[in-house]
Amino acid sequence: MPLFEAKNITKQFGNFTALDNVSISVPEKCIYGLLGPNGAGKTTLIRIINQITGPDSGELFINGKKLIPEDVHTIGYLPEERGLYKKMKVGEQALYFAQLKGLSKAEAIKRLRYWFGKLDMTNWWNKKVEELSKGMQQKVQFITTILHEPRLIIFDEPFTGFDPVNANIIKNEILFLRERGATIIFSTHNMGSVEELCDNITLINKGRTILEGSVDEIRKQWAANEYDLVFRGNVKIEGNGQYNIINQQFDNEKSIIRLKTTGNISTNDILKTVLKSGDLISFNPALPSMNEIFIRVVETRN
Amino acid sequence: MNKISVIIKREYITRVRKISFIIMTILAPLAMAALILLPTLLMMNDEDKEFKRIAVIEDGSDLFKNVIPDTKDVNYIYLENTSVNDLKKNFEQAGYYGILYISPEIINTPNAIQLISKKQPPIGLLDHISGSLEKEIERQKLLTYNIQNLDDILKNIRTKVSIQTIKIDDAGLATETSTGIAMALAYIGGFLMYMLVFLFGSQVMRGVIEEKTSRVVEVIVSSVKPVQLMMGKIIGIALVGLTQFMIWVFLTMGIVAIAKTTVLKKTNMTEITQNLPQDIMAKNQLTNSAAESSQMSPELTEFTKLFENALNQDWLLIITTFIFYFITGYLLYGSIFAAIGSAVDNETETQQFMLPVTIPIIFALMVAMGTMQNPESSLSFWFSIIPLTSPIVMVARIPFGVPSWQIALSMALMVITFLGFVWMAAKVYRTGILMYGKKSSWKEIWKWLRYTG
Repeated sequence: MPLFEAKNITKQFGNFTALDNVSISVPEKCIYGLLGPNGAGKTTLIRIINQITGPDSGELFINGKKLIPEDVHTIGYLPEERGLYKKMKVGEQALYFAQLKGLSKAEAIKRLRYWFGKLDMTNWWNKKVEELSKGMQQKVQFITTILHEPRLIIFDEPFTGFDPVNANIIKNEILFLRERGATIIFSTHNMGSVEELCDNITLINKGRTILEGSVDEIRKQWAANEYDLVFRGNVKIEGNGQYNIINQQFDNEKSIIRLKTTGNISTNDILKTVLKSGDLISFNPALPSMNEIFIRVVETRN
Repeated sequence: MNKISVIIKREYITRVRKISFIIMTILAPLAMAALILLPTLLMMNDEDKEFKRIAVIEDGSDLFKNVIPDTKDVNYIYLENTSVNDLKKNFEQAGYYGILYISPEIINTPNAIQLISKKQPPIGLLDHISGSLEKEIERQKLLTYNIQNLDDILKNIRTKVSIQTIKIDDAGLATETSTGIAMALAYIGGFLMYMLVFLFGSQVMRGVIEEKTSRVVEVIVSSVKPVQLMMGKIIGIALVGLTQFMIWVFLTMGIVAIAKTTVLKKTNMTEITQNLPQDIMAKNQLTNSAAESSQMSPELTEFTKLFENALNQDWLLIITTFIFYFITGYLLYGSIFAAIGSAVDNETETQQFMLPVTIPIIFALMVAMGTMQNPESSLSFWFSIIPLTSPIVMVARIPFGVPSWQIALSMALMVITFLGFVWMAAKVYRTGILMYGKKSSWKEIWKWLRYTG
């Protein structure tokens, strides 16, 4: 049973349709990517999941039950446009958000101590937010998002504003949260992190779902009989009946060639043919990056 | 419900802890008290407190012997057989402040009188002298008509008019009132209401804009309903306003208590000194001429009377209605301000929405000022019933006495209206806080009002 489901969500603002019959199904302990170009309707969907706005039609389920207002306590949300009260002290502010998520003051303090210690920010407690750097503020916000130990966490572009070191720390924390049983919806434009983190994705464009499934399967599907070969030195291959050359380039004393098979031909047969051409260093099925898939899918749809 | 209280607490504490709040709370009543008390204090300290002796020299007659009564600070010493020119040279060494020279032509030429001194004499002193002399000259002139029992007749015809205003309430209970005090209360009440509603209303607006521009709002509305956030903020700021107002009331009561003891003490003293010269006059059978001139500072006794009148006002009614209209009026305007704050991206954009909101407030203030002149006018009546203006106008009318049914009607309308405005504001707010970069207009807001869900 999926932890979270949205069924046939439609939302209109005046004459503008932000979401048109969108459904997602998020398995438990999964990192679920919510992708799409700007203005596709991601933020609207996320707001609907957070019950900030209601859908015009469609249903939402968490743990198999209909989503109710009290469920905000089991959801954590890190918005893309994040902010804190600038004049408020870090500790007070974190406590305030924790209490709004239904934690008692004592419990919140206990957990905040743990997290502040873990992320190396113990001496920030009495600092005003405006005294902190942007990255530091992001860390504070990250903690306030997960402090009430939500079962479903929604991260909207969680890595922006972090340097590589801190981005890595946050990435590991996200994986750790999943380890501990949290399910994560992850909205981003950074396809590298999608390949790295996400198990499943949904790609939304103009308010409609245009691609969904597990990341591995989608990539395999789009790979569709393409292979990358690298030879030492300048090597040229001609296409034959069995395969066509899509791309050839010579760079840095290496030749990189992509070919696409036309019919059912085993990799061994391909290798037998191409090995005659030169000194082969590597041979890989060409998995297209999520980035390529994203661009191709969106462009063909447009 | 519990979450609203968390929000209220934050809104309240962050504001009350601000230095500007503390300064404002303490300084405002002091400034107010100073504004009221300063003129009085200045008036009381106006007179030169130094004890003076003035030599009175009359040229060639003794018509004015002992005519000028001594006062607390000034003794008039009538010198016989002394030449003005001799004394002129050394009157200071002789211990005189100055010489009052009365020439024989005084009866016919009123300006044949000189006060010679080294310093500019105070106005009070001159008034005292000229008043005493005028009375005496009048009396002497009357004497020449040879009227029998002149003193008795004069005593008999002497009348003093002062109007006592008595307000009778529905139960027939009468209290002495003062129109002046009622006017002052109307003015202060109306103006204070205007200031408080505006001050705290715009605090709501700034708070909303702060949350919107810093993008805190999205995190918060993922935990609580937008309406809860809005109401939490409005209530929190209302509590800040009430705290401030109550501190003002108590501080003012403290200042008044102090003023009461000191002012009343001073009054007793003046009463004694007032009686003193009258006794002397009685001996000299000059009571009439002394009656008015001996009033050392009539302003002071007037002030005491006003003060006592002020204490006679129905303070309980005034303060409770003020608090009621502050809360409802603030909730009404505060929710409008919250809606405006949610509709804009920054404070400069608020201008176009502020104007229509400001107009009724300014209008109410103008009517309230008119109310002071004529509290029963139909303009005052209608504006104290119409909810958008009633907080200011009704508060200005209360000190003059308002029939209970009018208060009840005005309050009932106020409650209904503010509930309606809060409801509408919540709808606008809910949509507005999550809208960025869209130029908002009245048309747009009207659209938001009709969104569902």
